[in-house]
Amino acid sequence: MVTAAQERLTAVPTIEEFEKGSSLWVDAWHRLKRNKLAMISLFLFLGIVLFCVAGPWFSSYDGQQQDLMKGAQGPSGEHWFGTDTLGRDLMVRTMEGGRISLLVGLVATVVALLIGVVYGATAGYLGGKVDAVMMRIVDTLYALPFTIFVILLMVAFGRSLWLIFVAIGAVEWLSMARIVRAGVIGLKKQEFVEAAVSLGYSHTRIILRHLIPNVLGPVIVIATLTVPAVMLLEAFLSFLGLGVQPPNASWGVLINEGQQNMEIFPWLLIFPAFFFALTLFALNFLGDGLRDALDPKSAKD
Amino acid sequence: MALLDVRNLSTSFHLRSGIVRASQDISLTLEKGETLGIVGESGSGKSVTCYSIMRLIPEPPGRIESGQVLFDGEDLLKLSETQMRRIRGRRISMIFQDPMTSLNPYLRISTQLIEAIRVHDDMDEAAALKKSITALEEVGIPDASKRVLSYPHEFSGGMRQRVMIAMALVNDPDLLIADEPTTALDVTVQAQVLDIIKERQRRLGTAVILVTHDLGVVAGTCDKVQVMYAGQVVESGTTDQVFYDPRHAYTRSLQKAIPSLQAKNEALYTITGTPPDLSKPVTGCAFYPRCPFPKIRDRDGPAPELTALADGHCVRDCGYCDRSQPIETVLEQDIIAQDAS
Repeated sequence: MVTAAQERLTAVPTIEEFEKGSSLWVDAWHRLKRNKLAMISLFLFLGIVLFCVAGPWFSSYDGQQQDLMKGAQGPSGEHWFGTDTLGRDLMVRTMEGGRISLLVGLVATVVALLIGVVYGATAGYLGGKVDAVMMRIVDTLYALPFTIFVILLMVAFGRSLWLIFVAIGAVEWLSMARIVRAGVIGLKKQEFVEAAVSLGYSHTRIILRHLIPNVLGPVIVIATLTVPAVMLLEAFLSFLGLGVQPPNASWGVLINEGQQNMEIFPWLLIFPAFFFALTLFALNFLGDGLRDALDPKSAKD
Repeated sequence: MALLDVRNLSTSFHLRSGIVRASQDISLTLEKGETLGIVGESGSGKSVTCYSIMRLIPEPPGRIESGQVLFDGEDLLKLSETQMRRIRGRRISMIFQDPMTSLNPYLRISTQLIEAIRVHDDMDEAAALKKSITALEEVGIPDASKRVLSYPHEFSGGMRQRVMIAMALVNDPDLLIADEPTTALDVTVQAQVLDIIKERQRRLGTAVILVTHDLGVVAGTCDKVQVMYAGQVVESGTTDQVFYDPRHAYTRSLQKAIPSLQAKNEALYTITGTPPDLSKPVTGCAFYPRCPFPKIRDRDGPAPELTALADGHCVRDCGYCDRSQPIETVLEQDIIAQDAS
């Protein structure tokens, strides 16, 4: 028996000859590919990211460079999106504002994801009193009014971009933690978790390798829907003057500037608002598509 | 010295509604290479006993109240969680009932097998992969070297159960606990799975605890049998003793309930009623209300003790009923009595 096994082993020396099974992720990707709206949204979003990140490198203008002689000009061949009241090129401003908005959206979401997933999985897996204490902390934080929390942070630590990440991350991980905890509580009754314990795996290993990958589906969906929510929060803070400070711009700042002169220089509002809205739409449709793809059972309703 | 020597192990669950004494005063011994069958209906404490041996009882609400689990002379109940982890999967392994959910759906079979090997053994990835393929071939997965990179959902139930067995056996444990390994499988696959376990046992001298409600499986595979009812062992002994000379009313009823191949037109025998609620203390014989034999005396006597006969055959002999006649005759009398009334 052993010799037969050995013979077969020598007959298959390279890993390339193995039949690679297709994972549930690959299946989900195939389902997502069939969802036209989600695919359009995905490419639209990638396009916007590319536009914002790479765009300023190809422009002859600098977002900070003022030209007071020009003042606010409408869109033209020279300045496609026009210029703002200080004569700065609006296209570059929109791209640079987009960089910051997207950065805030992505970084804060990643932070929320890391904290929320680890916290929620730990609470759900350990259960009992630990779980109760951990989730009451979440409830307490949930009850804090967000705006007041941010204003307090700003007063205490001054205004900086990093504080925005912290403030938004501190709020967004809460719902993530709740979702992951719920998922883990459902999973830990499954036999593969019992089997993992019976094979002598440690708690850390079980949480990180066996539980978290299994709740990643809903987590990805929530993450995709958190990015626009975070961007909206950042825009809201910037709109109130609590967020990104001039001369730096974010879409929130640009929209705020635009609405001040909306009747005289409408392009100052239209262009940043258009890109902002487009991004939010794309991400929301993508999130919807991902939910259908990752959870085919609930997709039918 | 026996490989496994369980002494007076009691486990209960402390729930809001009260204390459920899921298994009480269980003692068993198992030598290297031996197979012990534990039989009984659902809720009789078979699984709880196994989980207690591996210390897999969720605490709280579960609690191992008393007893000793001597494995190779060492009391497992006294070990720390870290020490216990080194024993689980390496020296004692377990197979579960439901093959459909006992593998992680998001990881490749190879990943899961390699993990099981590398957690206990300092071995590089490539060597562990080779060992995994051998392990799969040993449990009869066709084209194991090609299929090792598949995911669990690409395997059938029987194949998944074999993968599970391969995972449990990959570190050559001294003791394998199989908790109803064949219940969820169809009959042909059942036989294959049992053959795999038996073959391993013959080759490596693995001791096996087989939990099942299938008496046919017990007769075909086990050296020793324990019959459990309401959290207690009611009868234990060698397979021959328990099958050819059943003493306890419950064992005899169970045996009577095995569907035989000849009787086509007869109704199948069933034990009437349901097992007692374990959250309430049992007075006297636990099987009393369902016992088919004529009762000799009232129930409110002392609980019967498990006593050993001369040849090592143990029975919790109640003395509450008259078991001098075979069940068939008793049943006929019942029917006559019913007709008369």
